[in-house]
Amino acid sequence: MDFHLTKEQLLVRKMYREFAENEVKPLAAEIDEEERFPMETVEKMAKLGMMGIYFPKEYGGAGGDVLSYAMCVEELAKVCGTTAVIVSAHTSLCCAPIFEHGTEEQKKKYLPDLCSGRKIGAFGLTEPNAGTDASGQQTTAVLEGDHYVLNGSKCFITNGNVADTFVVFAMTDKSKGNHGITAFIVEKDFPGFSQGKHEKKMGIRGSSTCDLIFEDCIVPKENLLGQEGKGFKIAMQTLDGGRIGIASQALGLGEGAIDEVVKYTQERVQFHKRLSQFQNTQFQIADMHTRMQASQFLVYSAAMKKQNHEPYSMDAAMAKLYAAESASDVTRRAVQLFGGYGYTREYPVERMMRDAKITEIYEGTSEVQRMVIASHLGVK
Amino acid sequence: MKIIVTVKQVPDTSGKVAVNPDGTLDRASMQTIINPDDMNAVEAALKLKDELGCKVVAFTMGPPPAEGMLRELMAMGVDEGVLVSAREFGGSDTYATSQIIAAAIDTYGVDDDDIILAGRQAIDGDTAQVGPQIAEKLHLPQVTYAGEIKKEGNTLTVKRMLEDGYMTIKVGTPCMITCIKELNTPRYLSVGGAFEAYSKPLSVMDYNALKDHPLIDATTIGLKGSPTNIFKSFTPPQKGVGLMLEGADKGTTDKLAGILASKHII
Repeated sequence: MDFHLTKEQLLVRKMYREFAENEVKPLAAEIDEEERFPMETVEKMAKLGMMGIYFPKEYGGAGGDVLSYAMCVEELAKVCGTTAVIVSAHTSLCCAPIFEHGTEEQKKKYLPDLCSGRKIGAFGLTEPNAGTDASGQQTTAVLEGDHYVLNGSKCFITNGNVADTFVVFAMTDKSKGNHGITAFIVEKDFPGFSQGKHEKKMGIRGSSTCDLIFEDCIVPKENLLGQEGKGFKIAMQTLDGGRIGIASQALGLGEGAIDEVVKYTQERVQFHKRLSQFQNTQFQIADMHTRMQASQFLVYSAAMKKQNHEPYSMDAAMAKLYAAESASDVTRRAVQLFGGYGYTREYPVERMMRDAKITEIYEGTSEVQRMVIASHLGVK
Repeated sequence: MKIIVTVKQVPDTSGKVAVNPDGTLDRASMQTIINPDDMNAVEAALKLKDELGCKVVAFTMGPPPAEGMLRELMAMGVDEGVLVSAREFGGSDTYATSQIIAAAIDTYGVDDDDIILAGRQAIDGDTAQVGPQIAEKLHLPQVTYAGEIKKEGNTLTVKRMLEDGYMTIKVGTPCMITCIKELNTPRYLSVGGAFEAYSKPLSVMDYNALKDHPLIDATTIGLKGSPTNIFKSFTPPQKGVGLMLEGADKGTTDKLAGILASKHII
């Protein structure tokens, strides 16, 4: 595997870093504290093409590649986990399934607004009784003439309150189990659709998370995504891609925590020595960096395989599993190295620790990633 | 109509400043950035491009790696780059540099409705001479220290920001304007721009390309053609932060007036 970045990737990464440092970092603590969605940042990212990085220009995308997208989420997450997941959920979970499974008409209708950031995208799979067991969908869709009627609800939907366009899954034929699930593109203004209350969370508190409610929601027949009964497959394929985004978020959180630790331990003096002079500090930081470097290899490898249209499902699962667990470990150690100050909101490491935890849970828990990896190895 | 912007790659002075034993800057060991004032000139050019749809061409003189800077500017929206690069040009002072860049711009061609923009000064030499000298050598009118630029037809209205006030000047094209940081906030390069940057046209003007131009001969370029030579480079001692008064009440303003009076300033 060649990890030599192209000139274009190096150029765009420089911009992500400057943007994250100048525009995202100054807001990170505030949006966490206020649980406020940073719409102003989304508008700025939209202008720079960050809401449609790897989609072709003909659909309003920036014409970049999957690794450039992963690096964007990584660089944002180094300073703000919330901003990173906004881009990740929008791109991987809404733009990607429409691009990969949509008809030409659907792509032309929805992608330009999404890729340009004029509209924000979200994904509705999880239900109160269908989390890791996504096949237990209780939301139903019934075809009535030229439209489907959706009833049910979704929960924990990232970007839920701010999105305009949703990729939603519903059961069209319960008797067929997984093969009875169908995907739809739902617009916020469709009759019978509403968004629930903002979910209060432990981390990524500026990210919008809410329920989606369907009460006799009318979805035109032409908004069926893919084919009837193929929804579960679309959901799983979408989550494979989504895992690259979340793995990148975890990667950035861990790396960002290390940046903070390196800075702090060179300033803080105890026992007449800088913390960085203690071997414990050096060993901790060496371990933390090694874990994040290994995570980066896994994430970049998965991104490049997706870009090259190679099978990447197991790679994405391994990247997410390892990066997420490493991010949790590294951010927890970062708080420990900061001591009492690390536990306060004066420093960003406690926020990073709270933000990191979710990466082990959403878009497939670590346990689900292990199931995916084992099944790819034929261990059943 | 086109806009030519002259830009320079300079050492990043926010890091460590390295000086060679002979007193010149050790550029090789320092990170480089695009000269900050030049970024304001580029932004001014791109704003005019957004408005008028004209072409923007960036000119720089420097070693081959300066191509990276031109590509970065292309990722921001610059349409074309010209890298003026030759061993013969090395060691040029401001006189020789402006001689070479003026020849390069003249060779490229300046039309009646063109505008040339430059940063006020580079953070390495701090001379603010190259822009004005290019204008002189191309026999173009120049307006320096632009803090605001408005264009109507072929007339530009430029607000010059001076230490003791400002001055508004009208000037016809073609002309040279040097830009200061108050003019605008440079944009970020875009993702789409980054992926297009390396397919945009970039040409190299070397000694052979310019040697027949009337401004170019061995006595006017490079180290030999430079009337000024670096005697010594050093890091100046840090100035103090000065006295800060905070507050918006009469007490504070009285105190300020008192301090100024005691120093016989008022």
